Amino acid sequence: MNAKRIDKIARYAIQTMVAIVALILLALLSYILINGLPNASIDFIFKPSEAIKAGGGIRDQLFNSIYLLVLSMVISLPLALGAGIYLAEFAPNNWLTRLVKTLIEILSSLPSIVVGLFIYLLVVIKWQVGFSILSGAIALTVFNLPLLTSSIQNAFEAVDHKQLEAGLALGMSPWKTIKGVILPITVPSVVMAIILASGRIFGEAAALIYTSGQSAPRLDYGNLNPFSPTSPLNVMRPAETLAVHIWKLNTEGLTADSDAVSAAASAVLIIVVLLFNLMAHYLGNKLERKLTGKK
Amino acid sequence: MKSIIKTENLRLYYGKKEALHGISLEIPEKQITALIGPSGCGKSTFLRSLNRMNDLIDNVTITGTVKINDHDIYAPKTDIVKLRQDVGMVFQQPNPFSFSIYENVSFGLKLAGITDKEEIDARVEESLKQAAIWEVVKDRLNDNAQGLSGGQQQRICIARVLATRPEVILMDEPTSALDPISASQIEETMIKLSQDYTIVTVTHNMQQASRISDMTALFVAGKVVEYDETSTIFMNPKEQVTSDYINGIFG
Repeated sequence: MNAKRIDKIARYAIQTMVAIVALILLALLSYILINGLPNASIDFIFKPSEAIKAGGGIRDQLFNSIYLLVLSMVISLPLALGAGIYLAEFAPNNWLTRLVKTLIEILSSLPSIVVGLFIYLLVVIKWQVGFSILSGAIALTVFNLPLLTSSIQNAFEAVDHKQLEAGLALGMSPWKTIKGVILPITVPSVVMAIILASGRIFGEAAALIYTSGQSAPRLDYGNLNPFSPTSPLNVMRPAETLAVHIWKLNTEGLTADSDAVSAAASAVLIIVVLLFNLMAHYLGNKLERKLTGKK
Repeated sequence: MKSIIKTENLRLYYGKKEALHGISLEIPEKQITALIGPSGCGKSTFLRSLNRMNDLIDNVTITGTVKINDHDIYAPKTDIVKLRQDVGMVFQQPNPFSFSIYENVSFGLKLAGITDKEEIDARVEESLKQAAIWEVVKDRLNDNAQGLSGGQQQRICIARVLATRPEVILMDEPTSALDPISASQIEETMIKLSQDYTIVTVTHNMQQASRISDMTALFVAGKVVEYDETSTIFMNPKEQVTSDYINGIFG
């Protein structure tokens, strides 16, 4: 067989694989949306859930998911940025650094249910924090940190070393160069890492079942006192998220319409993740343009 | 001729390995001094010790003295920011920041604490003119500098160094990553700049050294074998090694 034919066959093979991947994703997405959307409505999104009666919504679960996502990002992003930058730019190449990198890799493959149960034992029971947004955010941080750290570390390692040299040669300190020159270059990759992490967090159920809990007390959105049990801002209240709600409806749903609610909630979850990704891309591009003057 | 850089018995160690074996050189003011020699001979290491870029490498030890304008740059109270503004550096690969052309050139000024917009504008224009790129970029100062061609990017890097009005410009093979036309244009710019600035350049290109430099130092295995006026080095070298290197017998 000549090289040209092999090349052609290889290309067809690769295209077939891409087509298979795209088809699987498309089939999944359309299944969820076609099953879910007819049951979803604006009313469904803004109405509280029902435990026994049919006709419940997902208002509080949706809010809880978003609130948890934001909270765990607020905790994990600074930590991951610090750790990633240190590992990429400052860490000496010795056994300790290698150990830390290996630990991060091991942590990133830890099953989320293990993380959830660990935080349950430590934070929920031992520290008596109880089922709460806070416990959930800690679990999500542990679950999220390794991957976010290594993505950020890779983003910084991918920047040409010559940029650092140029900054130093102008008299900048290493830290100033990293902050002023390297960080702006990494913005698109860091945004991508945040998007991927957010998708994982938003869809995460196992790590939250035993940490933020499975109950969603009715919230009063007019109550902004963060210490009140009915306030949406209270971080000490139990908070069932959308993904946990879907899991629960499918395992122990008591309502007559649990299948329909679960399908609709799944569709909403996917759409919210999509919206979040689009928004993050838009903000990331804007930030990059602002920082680098690129058009 | 007045010399601006004086090194005395400069030794540099990477860990225990001695890379520079006691270099004593006097580099004249407002001239181009070329450092030539085979790969790994220490010429870049020497160049980088003139603005303390070697400080950042782990396990580097330096003994001996480097004086610039009679000031010992390795003295404990040396202000590194000031030193690197007085002794600018242009690298082998053009390395403009991922910012606009204007921000690239004004970067060092802001770092030096200059905030007056008019002064910054004037210095940016002056530097870009000296680097012979003003005409090309004057209407797109807000474009990203990395969108320019390699030769143009190198000029932006030269302008970025010129903006802080250094006395010495160190160049580490500034044309070796460029096409021949851009390279010869940068050479012309270097000759012009040497009227006002002291230039020390590392080059692998023998013709380039003979074309543009006033003084030439040949480095072999961490030592200076011969240092003299360029015409002497190329036409009438004293050492057999120099003659062999110039004629391509080794290196």
